[in-house]
Amino acid sequence: MPASVKIRKGLDIRLKGGAHGDTHALSAADRFSIHPTDFHGLIPRMAVKAGTEVKAGDVLFTDKKNPEIQFVSAISGTAQEPVRGEKRRILRVDVVAGGTGEVTFPGLQTTASAGDVRSAMLAHGFWPMLRQRPFDVMPGPESQPRDIFVSAYDSAPLAPSAAQALGDRMESFRQGLTFLNALLDGGKKVQLGIEAGDDTFSGVTEADITSFSGPHPAGNVGVQIHEVAPMNKGEVVWTIGLQDVANLGEGLTAGRFVGQRTVALTGSRSQPALLSTTIGTPMAHIAKDRVSMEDTRVISGNVLTGTERGEDGALGFFDHQVTCIPEGHEPLFFLTKGWLGPGFDKFSASRAFPTWLMPRGKEYDLNTNNNGEERAFVVSGQYDAVFPFDIYPVQLIKSIMVGDIDRMEKLGIYEVAPEDFALCEYVCTSKLAVQGIVRKGLDQMIEEFA
Amino acid sequence: MKALHKLIEERVKPNFTGEGKLKRFWVVFDALETFLFTPGHTTKKGVHVRDGIDLKRTMFLVIVAMVPALLFGTWNIGHQYYLSLGDITTADPWNAMLLDKLIVGAIKVVPLIVVSYATGLGIEFVIAGMNGHAINEGFLVSGMLIPLIMPVDVPLWMVAVATAFAVLIAKEVFGGTGMNILNVALTARAFLFFAYPKQMSGEIWIHNVMASKAGGVLADGYTGATALGHLANTVGQPVSGEVSNGVMAMFADGGLFSLMNCFIGTIPGSVAETSALAALIGAAILIWTGIGSWRIISSFIVGGLVMGVIFNALGLNAYMTIGPVHQIVMGGFMFGAVFMATDPVSAAQTNTGKWVYGFLGGFFSIMIRVFNPAYPEGVMMAILFMNVMAPTIDHYVIEANIRRREKRLTAAVA
Repeated sequence: MPASVKIRKGLDIRLKGGAHGDTHALSAADRFSIHPTDFHGLIPRMAVKAGTEVKAGDVLFTDKKNPEIQFVSAISGTAQEPVRGEKRRILRVDVVAGGTGEVTFPGLQTTASAGDVRSAMLAHGFWPMLRQRPFDVMPGPESQPRDIFVSAYDSAPLAPSAAQALGDRMESFRQGLTFLNALLDGGKKVQLGIEAGDDTFSGVTEADITSFSGPHPAGNVGVQIHEVAPMNKGEVVWTIGLQDVANLGEGLTAGRFVGQRTVALTGSRSQPALLSTTIGTPMAHIAKDRVSMEDTRVISGNVLTGTERGEDGALGFFDHQVTCIPEGHEPLFFLTKGWLGPGFDKFSASRAFPTWLMPRGKEYDLNTNNNGEERAFVVSGQYDAVFPFDIYPVQLIKSIMVGDIDRMEKLGIYEVAPEDFALCEYVCTSKLAVQGIVRKGLDQMIEEFA
Repeated sequence: MKALHKLIEERVKPNFTGEGKLKRFWVVFDALETFLFTPGHTTKKGVHVRDGIDLKRTMFLVIVAMVPALLFGTWNIGHQYYLSLGDITTADPWNAMLLDKLIVGAIKVVPLIVVSYATGLGIEFVIAGMNGHAINEGFLVSGMLIPLIMPVDVPLWMVAVATAFAVLIAKEVFGGTGMNILNVALTARAFLFFAYPKQMSGEIWIHNVMASKAGGVLADGYTGATALGHLANTVGQPVSGEVSNGVMAMFADGGLFSLMNCFIGTIPGSVAETSALAALIGAAILIWTGIGSWRIISSFIVGGLVMGVIFNALGLNAYMTIGPVHQIVMGGFMFGAVFMATDPVSAAQTNTGKWVYGFLGGFFSIMIRVFNPAYPEGVMMAILFMNVMAPTIDHYVIEANIRRREKRLTAAVA
């Protein structure tokens, strides 16, 4: 029996349009794209010129600060001129499909040393799958983690279950865990967080397993770190996604880059489905024939932490979900749909709306309306109810707003990532951009230590 | 409703924007338009969906919670008026002269509300216009609370002055809604209490009572003082002395200030503070919707009861011998616990802090009221005092959290 943790604070936002049933293989897309913006703080240095033929596994760009870290193409084809935004910042790097072949390297044995695993991950495009706390950024090439955490439980709205996401890749997943274990000092194992009652991982011996139950964010890796082994100043913890562990296991064993991704297409504006594809698939390809695009917001990721990619964007590097919900730019008359309306169509954490009267099974078709304007901070206790950390969220946010580095540190900023505050932002009466504030705080900390 | 919105956008709005004739009144237009229509703003960065709750609905629900107290208070003004004239007795059925009582009450209450809102919102509009920001909804609640805690016969100009003082000095100088340290409505009340002590004491608790006295139509033995005013007279008197016995008779069963009358609220007092029952109905609404902190309300009441029990044990004067339950249903205690102490801006912010804040607030309310008869209404002083103390309470709660984290770090390093 794994250790079990029950999370009490949080909120499950019940949305329409969950994906169920069999996984369908999506046809190969005509393009592969990486958004360097998925890796916070990354400045890419292009390694290929527009028009160059690349094979799957060829380097597209490197990290300007750490040139050892390589970002590779998942398909073979022709590299394009990068899409740039303001100040010539690179927003997207594209490869148009065509051609064959892939870069190979000698596969690793399960007994591979830490050094072998590390250099293979750096050289062949696996390193960017890692994220580190503190600061929620990609770890540097020399970084040595205290622990590696994997959450096999995505508790976000409409997220796929571990069984859906992993499919039949258990063998690769276990190989991936073995490689990650090699990176840890002192014979430690990867920490794996699973959903209580999920028996997908019952045979897994390569990780220390803890089961989590309770409302979202019980599946957030930050919450799991906090419960299992909270972080202190100076410590570094790595996290990596469930499917990326399988990609790592399969790729390092076979000696090639693997970027498989099973994606749950979800939301009220979609015909929900489970689709097997690769990272970097254009959103339009995933949405084709399955999403009614008119007045729809197509989000890579879930409604709380995902990003809107626009028409030409691609699936986010870390995402295994696409959510399609209606836009909400209709003004709302106060007595019918607005602030004084009955609000049967609104999902609220507060009892000021009749959500709590509705049957537990009712699913909501929420749109992107802000449901009010930004206001001064008035209501207290609201964030605490959905924030299962031993951290005072409001005080931490205020310390960030005034830029008090010392106070941020004391109040526990090393343990958190913006995603941990997503529910605070959702429930906020004053409609503050809480995740953005936390990101700003983390960036201030990075600067302070740079 | 689309047609109405279109009309506003196309015909009305241009007058307030750009070169429009009324562009100085943009703030007013914006406040009214967003009152009618929640704007079609969509989420930009961060979360893509938002909870339905906003500050307008939150504030509106607080006002809904005040309605029982407001209605009862309106009725009670009439009730006390006819009692003072001897037209009815305390034994009369409740519904006697129902309409007359409500009319008398409404004549008193409506102008108070109008003056409070007109003064406060006027100032808010001007300041928002000067700073170019949108109107916050905070004053919707403060503007209703101020008339509810005024003595019935307070001159309207004093209400206007007090409201202006409270909005400017207690709120706007600190940066507006959400930034104030003191509760705005209580600041208005405290301002009157200290600026006009003469006008704020004596016979202003019953409509027209001074005129009735002068005209010789006042009922026999009717003084029009509040429960706390009577009790203040017992301080410094022997427990079983003549004065004390006389006062205590009113608090026994069947007296004007019996436990039941104090609980229901058929006693003289500020407009809407007299009924503990109405305040508790409001508390139920606030707690049920999650808008008022149940931690503050319950610990405030417990704090008052504990002080009451301690006074009972001491029993140094007649005031102290009043039962703890009787203590907390008198005066503004319940109204303060439910509507004033729970103001989220001026109260403690942390959950642990709220327990301490509420408990001490209730504790000091009863203590001040009994120890210092010059301040019969201890609740006002106690809550304002706790408003000032709240950041300190939170400070210690958060320091404990910080120390926990530091301890963990030390353990990890060792």
